[in-house]
Amino acid sequence: MLTLKQKRSLQSLLVGCAAWLIAGLIFFPIFWMVLTSFKTELAAFATPPQFIFTPTLENYLHINDRSDYFSYAWNSVLISFAATALCMLVAVPAAYSMAFFETKRTKGTLLWMLSTKMLPPVGVLMPIYLICKSLGMLDSRLALIVIYTLINLPIVIWMVYTYFKDIPVDILEAARLDGATTLQEISRVLLPIARGGLASTMLLSLILCWNEAFWSLNLTSSAAAPLTALVASYSSPEGLFWAKLSAVSTLACAPILILGWISQKQLVRGLSFGAVK
Amino acid sequence: MTTSALDTSPPATQTKSRKRGLKIGWFLVSPSVLLLLLWMVVPLAMTLYFSTIRYNLLYPDEESFVGLENFEYFLTDPGFMPGALNTLTLVGSVLLISVVFGVLISALLEACEFWGRGIVRVMLISPFFIMPTVSALLWKNLIFHPVSGILAAVWKFFGAQPVDWLAQHPLFSIIMIVSWQWLPFAILLLMTAMQSLDQEQKEAARLEGAGPIAIFWHLTLPHLARPIAVVVMIETIFLLSIFAEIFTTTSGGPGFESTNLAYLIYNQALLQFDVGMASAGGLIAVVIANIAALVLIRLIGKSLTDKQ
Repeated sequence: MLTLKQKRSLQSLLVGCAAWLIAGLIFFPIFWMVLTSFKTELAAFATPPQFIFTPTLENYLHINDRSDYFSYAWNSVLISFAATALCMLVAVPAAYSMAFFETKRTKGTLLWMLSTKMLPPVGVLMPIYLICKSLGMLDSRLALIVIYTLINLPIVIWMVYTYFKDIPVDILEAARLDGATTLQEISRVLLPIARGGLASTMLLSLILCWNEAFWSLNLTSSAAAPLTALVASYSSPEGLFWAKLSAVSTLACAPILILGWISQKQLVRGLSFGAVK
Repeated sequence: MTTSALDTSPPATQTKSRKRGLKIGWFLVSPSVLLLLLWMVVPLAMTLYFSTIRYNLLYPDEESFVGLENFEYFLTDPGFMPGALNTLTLVGSVLLISVVFGVLISALLEACEFWGRGIVRVMLISPFFIMPTVSALLWKNLIFHPVSGILAAVWKFFGAQPVDWLAQHPLFSIIMIVSWQWLPFAILLLMTAMQSLDQEQKEAARLEGAGPIAIFWHLTLPHLARPIAVVVMIETIFLLSIFAEIFTTTSGGPGFESTNLAYLIYNQALLQFDVGMASAGGLIAVVIANIAALVLIRLIGKSLTDKQ
């Protein structure tokens, strides 16, 4: 007969083993991708797959050989950051007024904003494509920046809104009674308090922009193409470059993966529109 | 919450500052509302217009009003029925997989303390942060490849004939790839939700003699109803327009076996340049998404705003 303590530690051992097994299975593709990025092309294609091999940095050192990696990466950075900044600029005032000056229409407005996310992108693919074409904005970073701002706006407003909702309205009232103007009230009182929430909102927006792969594939070809499009170009059947693909993929995903790991708790809130905290 | 806090302040300042606030309020919300309205109305109106004319970018001079002809062509297109069915199968299967396994895996993680729980958590949610084109090609080349893929090696190890997954079971393979991306999302949300479950309640139930299954069924699951609803809603939004995963792996084939509506419309639009028909298809996709959205917002919208 086991004592209660022994029973507990046995349970912990069993649960631990099961959890590690599942996590290992789910994480394996990523692990395998990183491993493959250190192989030669020949070793990457070997059968059976090699777990032990002489690692090489060749794929990383020659990352620019097949295509200009850095110009794609630069596009990704520029587009994600610009879209995020623009989105915050529009969203923060809206969230502020909805969180602190609630009217009968506020909830309806919020739900309506959420509903714009339900518009499938294919439904507006043709018009957006033709508008961009006639404005000469096919394969332009500006077009993607504007589109990313718009598609992330509802999520960003919701997320900022839920953070603002947690701030007691009395603090703002007090500032107002002390004669602060609205601008001062926002910049000196509200923004410093909500700094953490705003930071995780920006992070979520960056992640969504970085990984977006419908508009980037359809509206860009080379000059403005971000990393999602560069990776997609490896799907062409002419020649298999698995090791190079893995190196490019690893570099493309690493920053977002690390950001995601750091901020997982805060992201839940934005991803669930404030419903799960 | 807002109103009750305001009620405690003196009535005179309340109305004054509230009035100022309301005026500023609309001024501050209007850019967002306007932008989103433009983003919805202009392209949708254009789609509506295009869908009623014959408009092919390859024959630019033949534009003419054709009524509902584009809809007729799209609905009778050999790709439409398989596309619609595949969309339903894809959304349904991925939702089922991510909710069922999401609940089970997060329940396992929260069952008790064990060695390395933080690392396990990070490993489990990682696929969600991988960009769609990377996960698609990663699975296509390194996992599914019939000669050098990992699965081929496993099959050979057990003496079975390796399977060419993307050629023989294209839709199943795509469901696997997409589930791999979205199951972590469910785990992430449900795990966080479970942490807010009242531990005392659980302990009390245990002392009353409730087994772990009874606790899971009567305490944990009801607590998860709301987060599960959120997972279903958000995943549906994204799953209805899965595109990059199909684009980079099977291109919808063989035949229409892995074509969903999003890919079918893309195919009409940017490969065959048939703007009219693609727009008709786009509108049909919008209608389908709206039916789904209406049902979901009814179900979930209330609970989303209730606790704010």
